[in-house]
Amino acid sequence: MGDIWEGLRAAAWLLISFDADLYEITLRSLRVTVSALFISCLIAMPLGALLVLRRFWARRFVIAMLNALMGLPPVVVGLVVYLMLSRSGPFGVLNLLFTPTAMIIAQVVIITPLIASITHQALRDLWSEYHDLLISLNTSLGQRVRTLLWDGRRNLLTAALAGFGRAIGEVGAIMVVGGNIDHATRVLTTAIALETGKGDFAMALGLGMVLIGLAVTVNLTIHWLTGTERAGRW
Amino acid sequence: MVKALFPLTLKEASVKRRGKTLAGPIDLALNRDGITIVMGPNGAGKTTLLRMMHGIDRLSTGSVTWAVPDTVARAQQAFVFQTPVILRRTVLENLAYPLHLIGMAKKEAEKRALQACADIGLSGHEGLRATRLSGGEKQKLALARALIRNPQVLFLDEPCANLDGPSTREIEALLNQAKLRDTGIIMSTHSIGQAQRLANTVIFMHKGALVEHSPSSVFFETPQTPQATAFLKGDILE
Ligand SMILES: Nc1ncnc2c1ncn2[C@@H]1O[C@H](COP(=O)(O)OP(=O)(O)OP(=O)(O)O)[C@@H](O)[C@H]1O
Ligand SMILES: [Mg+2]
Repeated sequence: MGDIWEGLRAAAWLLISFDADLYEITLRSLRVTVSALFISCLIAMPLGALLVLRRFWARRFVIAMLNALMGLPPVVVGLVVYLMLSRSGPFGVLNLLFTPTAMIIAQVVIITPLIASITHQALRDLWSEYHDLLISLNTSLGQRVRTLLWDGRRNLLTAALAGFGRAIGEVGAIMVVGGNIDHATRVLTTAIALETGKGDFAMALGLGMVLIGLAVTVNLTIHWLTGTERAGRW
Repeated sequence: MVKALFPLTLKEASVKRRGKTLAGPIDLALNRDGITIVMGPNGAGKTTLLRMMHGIDRLSTGSVTWAVPDTVARAQQAFVFQTPVILRRTVLENLAYPLHLIGMAKKEAEKRALQACADIGLSGHEGLRATRLSGGEKQKLALARALIRNPQVLFLDEPCANLDGPSTREIEALLNQAKLRDTGIIMSTHSIGQAQRLANTVIFMHKGALVEHSPSSVFFETPQTPQATAFLKGDILE
């Protein structure tokens, strides 16, 4: 018990004293995750809408792929991205391995299926509601996509927050492709793993508190949004 | 002046789903003649007939043709569904939506939407979430939204089902105004009283078939078929 209290006190001190390392790592975590989230949303949300609106031949295949990818252990994603980016891999010339960009790529691969899948489910219900009207009004495919994405925006926000939660807490894949290099690719989760291994519980706990704080904020927001969703009864 | 859509011609038109014939084969020629009322018992195929005229139900056989090409015709039509489809937006945004779709400037669209909102007595509710409106208000909103592009043809599928007397009267007043503006109206209803108040022409459906198509005076005074006679007498049709 003593160890933990000691650690918590030290961690709190790191937080309020604006410890440079801790803030650098936190900021990098946010930068990587927010970038990945942004790219994923750009891919996943229109994709989810298209899966609802279009009965193309590969539709079932794409949905099956999304579900399969969602179940994939992140470490395996990390391994595949590693092989792609490693010097002998197809994208080796880009020299991206062990950079934040590599970590962003891995996170995009991990959360895009999740966001696309939630988007697909939410918009499917909305489309069955809107179907007759939008057909009757002679809307183009683009107008349908935009209408669904706009009117379903609360659900999409929930999808994005779920993606954020998954990405910010991920450790396996970004450890593999980022390498946890100090001042370069070290983020909250990989740093916690390292500091714990070294026995520096103050730092590990400080980082952990930040991570928990972020996760709680995100989950409360989701909870509040889905709550107002039901109460608002759009 | 936009080129006239009528006459509307159905040739051997039918809709089948999973081997079952929902309506048809129907042969019919319809001229612009004020309000055409489609009547018939539940499941007679009224909704199906309206939807295939509008072109949102795929035909299994035959054809539905207007006097102009299909795409031109569709742009001049509007449809109010049996259960109104309300967008998860404000009342005003619901009204402006069809105008935005055709690229009308925001200012102009908003001006027209505000006017339409006043016309249906929902002034002061512009910013309200439309899904919170009462059933009757939703029905009026759907009607106003359908009228906002000034369609040449307006389809309505039982617009007054579940509405009380005053709401029904308001809707009928809006329909009569539209008729005066030369909008051709094709509408289904269960209410014989409403049909008598509004109809210029009656189409009577039974078991997916078009049984009778007559001017309303003829239909209500001297129906030509035993089914229509029985229906008007209040008998329950098998
Ligand atoms: N997708 C479908 N698959 C199979 N049967 C259907 C389908 N849609 C409608 N039907 C059937 O087609 C018949 C005609 O339906 P329709 O909705 O046109 O009747 P209606 O005259 O509008 O009835 P109501 O007065 O109850 O609205 C009904 O028996 C209905 O059960
Ligand atoms: Mg019906």
